[in-house]
Amino acid sequence: MTTLTSMPSGILDASLQQNETKRFAGNDWFIQLRQLGWKNFEALPLPKRDDEKWRFSDTRSLSLADFTVAAAPSDADTAKLIGQSHFITRPAGLIIHIDGHCVLRPVIAPELAAQGVKFESLEDALRHHPALLKEFLLKHEANLGGAKFLALHQAWLRAGYVLHVPKGVEITQPFVSVNWTLTEGAAIFPHALVVAGDHAKVSIHEFNLSALPDQRALAISAADLHAGTGAHISRFAVQAWGKNAQSFEIANTCGGRDALITSVNAALGSRRARLENTVRIEGPGADVRLYGISVATGEQEFDQRTLQIHSAGKAKSDLLFKNVLLNKARTIFSGLIKVAPDAQQTDAYQTNRNLLLSPEAEADSLPGLEIEANDVKCSHGATTGQVNPEELFYLLARGIPLAVAQELLAEGFLEEVLSKVDNEEAAAVVREMFRQKFHTA
Amino acid sequence: MPDSLVIKNLNASIGDRAILKDFSLTVPKGEVHAIMGPNGTGKSTLAKVLAGHPDYTVQSGEAFIDGEQIIGQEPDAIARAGLFLAFQYPSEIPGVTIANFIRAAIVARQAKGAPFDAKAYYAELYAKMDALKMDRKFTARFVNEGFSGGEKKRCEILQLMMLKPKYAVLDETDSGLDIDALRIVSEGVNRLRGPDMGFLVITHYQRLLEYIVPDRVHIMYDGRIVHSGDKDLALELEAKGYDWVKKDLASA
Ligand SMILES: Nc1ncnc2c1ncn2[C@@H]1O[C@H](COP(=O)(O)OP(=O)(O)O)[C@@H](O)[C@H]1O
Ligand SMILES: [Mg+2]
Repeated sequence: MTTLTSMPSGILDASLQQNETKRFAGNDWFIQLRQLGWKNFEALPLPKRDDEKWRFSDTRSLSLADFTVAAAPSDADTAKLIGQSHFITRPAGLIIHIDGHCVLRPVIAPELAAQGVKFESLEDALRHHPALLKEFLLKHEANLGGAKFLALHQAWLRAGYVLHVPKGVEITQPFVSVNWTLTEGAAIFPHALVVAGDHAKVSIHEFNLSALPDQRALAISAADLHAGTGAHISRFAVQAWGKNAQSFEIANTCGGRDALITSVNAALGSRRARLENTVRIEGPGADVRLYGISVATGEQEFDQRTLQIHSAGKAKSDLLFKNVLLNKARTIFSGLIKVAPDAQQTDAYQTNRNLLLSPEAEADSLPGLEIEANDVKCSHGATTGQVNPEELFYLLARGIPLAVAQELLAEGFLEEVLSKVDNEEAAAVVREMFRQKFHTA
Repeated sequence: MPDSLVIKNLNASIGDRAILKDFSLTVPKGEVHAIMGPNGTGKSTLAKVLAGHPDYTVQSGEAFIDGEQIIGQEPDAIARAGLFLAFQYPSEIPGVTIANFIRAAIVARQAKGAPFDAKAYYAELYAKMDALKMDRKFTARFVNEGFSGGEKKRCEILQLMMLKPKYAVLDETDSGLDIDALRIVSEGVNRLRGPDMGFLVITHYQRLLEYIVPDRVHIMYDGRIVHSGDKDLALELEAKGYDWVKKDLASA
């Protein structure tokens, strides 16, 4: 070869990927899953500017080059980061990863274990509960544009957690998963698999952070949530990677008959962060609530793509994404509600609100409906604007300076979503993270 | 004049409509002055112009609190200089609790970096809420959101009591209040009366002035004060009605 293209290295190196895949000898289906991921990754192109599913995204700066799978962290780093991972007191279980290595395996109460509750690292679960993983892991394609990223996630799949709450077991205290990136140029591919059996109740909080604020990192995460008949799942996912990270999350949320799922995504970190979330309403009576909040500063790009698929009737989905933009930040919200022909008496809502605190910030909104049933209540709407001048004057008239007044109004704007978080301690942590972000914007 | 709220020949407009027309008034510290006048005469405009509302244009004139010019200053600076406006229509602030809101207003008045005494703050806040017969749960409610008219007005007086300005302008604080609420709110104001605070009480009705007895009463019509007197003027106005103002006083 005479071309000057450099040899692939790190996560683009096929031999490295194959070598790591060999570790899963004995789990042939999982080896095949990773191999298929690699094949798909190689076959798929990177998104381009004219790609409709990437409309308004900065596709030019998309690059997967120069990222590596990092080695396990040192004991000192591990101890330090574990010390910084206690976001709520007495979680039902806590799992911690650093650079994709599980450094704290969860311990759950014996009563929960006795009821069949499983909260394990993905690697442990592969050994202990292969059938569960085979049934629920990566069962859906990425249909919102991130197929190449999901393929790479699948090819390198190793990190993450599996949470299974069997039929009838109700747990109010949240489980917590914490992911850290630590090494410069590290790529991680964490997976979240939550399975709630019929009438089970479970809550999971995820905190995603970088140990060093300026560190380059790539996170391609995926989440699979399955709620059985009458099951309740509540998920709070906090994206707070460092400011030079690129992150992609592809989430699939499936609600069975009478299931209640509440999902709150909070975005703070990353140079660019893309969230693809597909909600599948598969049983009548299901109620799925999808919320998102972000504060975008500097030149951050937050890219949110959602799809609410109603396959069963008499069910409800509600979506609310709120973004606050400062400086030259950009947000994109693109949402689609799809109602199948026989999903009658569907209630589906979708709202995107963007608060612009800077004339140089830009928020794009692409709401959409595809309704094939005739007896439905569906709405979508988007608003983008500045703070309400009368509200602002009211705060100023109390002597509150302009910058503080705007911050208070922005925090108030986010509160509508933060108040849906099922744990006040976790909400307070994130409220404070947002506050810090305003102060450093 | 030091120790006074002085408004001198104020001319202000909204859009191309002149509202305040050579308006002049002096409220010495320690006194309570009432402004009465028919709807649309410019009372709320006066209050908002003093508070620095950006929708109004001041063509000419001045306003001082204790000698400090406030016309042309930013609204937050005017408030910190010591002017408080209790709004006729207080805004609802979604997502911002009363406790955080008043706290931010107090912090804004502290020296930069000075520590905030949260314990003392809540003690004071609760004591004042008790005095206004407000449920303590209100601290966690979002400012004015879903409040009844009376609750909004109590919340304004709570802020007044917490912020202790040099001068308070109360714009129709009595509107939307039933007799019990009116009594409670008036007691709150009366407790603040003293040598350190001046009040400008704007009202459409004489009723409020039975509870907050003014030192002086001014009648405003078409953007200016047309008549001034002692507290009995309010009774006279009540008896004669606003037609008296329009026919006799305005042309005087
Ligand atoms: N935002 C506004 N835009 C246009 N006209 C206004 C506005 N606010 C007040 N006005 C007009 O200014 C005049 C004075 O209003 P205002 O000061 O509210 O009177 P008052 O408080 O005495 O009832 C009224 O004629 C009113 O219609
Ligand atoms: Mg008025």
